Amino acid sequence: MTDTLKLYPARPEKVYFYGTCLVDLFYPDAGMAGIQLLEREGIEVIFPEQQTCCGQPAWTSGYHDEARAVARQQLNLFPEDWPIVVPSGSCGGMMRKHYPQLFRDTPEQDVANNVAQRVWELTDFLLNVCRIRLTDQGEPVTVAMHTSCSARRELGLAGTGPELLSQLGRVTVVEQARAEECCGFGGTFAVRHPEISAAMVSEKVDTLTATGAREFVTTDCGCLMNVAGYAEKQGHRLSGQHILSFLWERTREQATDEGAASP
Amino acid sequence: MTESNLTDVRQFHPRARAAIDNPQIRQNFRRAMDGLMDKRRMAFEGWDLEALRTLGASVRQDALARLPDLLEQLEEQLTANGVRVHWAVDGDEACRIVTDICKARNARTVIKGKSMVSEEMHLNHHLQQHGIEALESDLGEYIVQLAEETPSHIIMPAIHKNTGEISELMHEKTGTDRSSDVEYLTASARQQLREKFMAADVGVSGVNFAVAETGTLCLVENEGNGRMTTTVPPCHIAVTGIEKVVPTLQDMSALLALLTRSATGQHITTYVNMVSGPRRGNELDGPDEVHVVLVDNGRSGIYQDDELIDTLRCIRCGACMNHCPVYTRVGGHAYGTTYPGPIGKILMPHLIGLDEGRHLPSASSLCGACGEVCPVKIPIPDLLVRLRQESVDGDRLHPAVVNGHGAKRDWKESLAWQTWRLIHANPLAYRLGTSVASRLRTLQPASLGAWTRYRTAPKLAARTLHQRVRERQP
Repeated sequence: MTDTLKLYPARPEKVYFYGTCLVDLFYPDAGMAGIQLLEREGIEVIFPEQQTCCGQPAWTSGYHDEARAVARQQLNLFPEDWPIVVPSGSCGGMMRKHYPQLFRDTPEQDVANNVAQRVWELTDFLLNVCRIRLTDQGEPVTVAMHTSCSARRELGLAGTGPELLSQLGRVTVVEQARAEECCGFGGTFAVRHPEISAAMVSEKVDTLTATGAREFVTTDCGCLMNVAGYAEKQGHRLSGQHILSFLWERTREQATDEGAASP
Repeated sequence: MTESNLTDVRQFHPRARAAIDNPQIRQNFRRAMDGLMDKRRMAFEGWDLEALRTLGASVRQDALARLPDLLEQLEEQLTANGVRVHWAVDGDEACRIVTDICKARNARTVIKGKSMVSEEMHLNHHLQQHGIEALESDLGEYIVQLAEETPSHIIMPAIHKNTGEISELMHEKTGTDRSSDVEYLTASARQQLREKFMAADVGVSGVNFAVAETGTLCLVENEGNGRMTTTVPPCHIAVTGIEKVVPTLQDMSALLALLTRSATGQHITTYVNMVSGPRRGNELDGPDEVHVVLVDNGRSGIYQDDELIDTLRCIRCGACMNHCPVYTRVGGHAYGTTYPGPIGKILMPHLIGLDEGRHLPSASSLCGACGEVCPVKIPIPDLLVRLRQESVDGDRLHPAVVNGHGAKRDWKESLAWQTWRLIHANPLAYRLGTSVASRLRTLQPASLGAWTRYRTAPKLAARTLHQRVRERQP
């Protein structure tokens, strides 16, 4: 993997919003929250209707022909030079880091590299491109934050989530022990090696509940359905939310900067 | 566990389950790995770790780029130093070479310093078959040998055992009094080992770095057993993989700084041995004869591939396993391979074939902790994905090359991915499918196989994001 220099763009007029398939099917609120946060920043959000899935499940399973066929479909969705924002470190990592690998020495190589360079994980984009300022409207609450491994390591974004949360005056953020350890999701890993995955998520739930927080937020829906799903099945008093949903819910009454109003 | 099922890599799943259900194993590994992670973190405090890792990676990359030349230079220099050099294509040939040297000297007993390559060769077993006793002198290896097990970690072979278990084992096998006093147990083992050192006919050791420029073999250790193995018996045989060569002594310094800190969190090991040949005429100590066995065993196959070659950068520090959430849960024996953990998952398929090792590359959540701590920046997650592709022959543009490739491809999974592709490469089919799924969400099955064994199923939203976005448009 070649490390490309990361240069943040100027705050753009428009962005492409790549929703991801998990958000599309299971967590559309997180997607809508992301869109509304961007719009409140005065940025026009383009949602390409032809988007499906980034191709990551097949890529990490070794089915690269299938991954390429699906990813190829996504490459055509972003014809203009706007940034592409993704509410997921995992899918963002796939597009930013692995599209160049997947399309190396193919006719799509140039467009894949171009798309990859324009992909931004949304917490990173809100913080470092939009330079968002959040005004907390919610009741005092304590939350823990779980940063996905792909956001943390693949994209180097261990700090963006906590930094956004720190702008919320009435939110106390607590850190669980071994915060940097994987929750055990890993895509198909969770079903190929269910016992190992369960051993990992059980410890993640233990460390999260040990903080005293009843809620956690995370950058990725994979971690969310794993950790929250385990906690629910085992009867722990711990619920989870995508960080974008949480940020939007706590600030939705906040004054709009300019541009499109929230519905 | 018996030797046979310990070494059967195909039994990964049942062994992993057994380890997870064993609280003692879980606790031993969790505590040990937590400690090792802390030690490493502290050892690198104040260092520009990224710069050092980049330097380490470039030294190893450079050495590999010139490997054939460096190996020739190494052989020349070793020979000039009076060391006899042997080349082995595989583990069996390497075992034969060692056995022949022993037989030529009428050797009956071999004392061994720690060597993972000798584990890879199954040397002890081979020597035993030829009536030669091989005794491990590294304390961890000694314990593992007493227990008739294999190492569960490449740096700390007996890390799966706690003091109580070791005390019981030593009592049973050597008559040592039961004790929770680590110093007492160590002293007892030391006493027995000292006698063996004095009587051994041959010493067998590993090598951490082989310096081409000077023909020097570098060996780091903490117990002095490496020093004894390489100096007390009249004959010393060093076994090493062909990739361990570095160009110069200066190149070695960065790697040494990375190795000990990454492995055990030490700034330097208690002993750093630099072996540069047999005892010369006027010297009082050292062996009369020194041999080096350079073992290929699949390495030159890895060397042929531009991407897989990164595997050979490894300096065997074990940091990847110390930081691996899977290794921490299942322990080293679950893998059933000489090298466990992340490095084992990317190295073993080349040594035993992807057909045998088909479960290894998938046993990772691709969390990336291994690649993050690797002192020579091996892109372990990328290599795991590459091997997953190889194991299912998943890329027509990049045909698989690893021995045993395609062994994991089965028609059911293949069909599932082709169906997935049909839906997701066709936006209309995707939108139709997802909106129907949302509409019929009350029919969503509560049970989703392995997923819902431990978790609730994720709930389909009433309307997809696609629908929600379309509805807000004027």
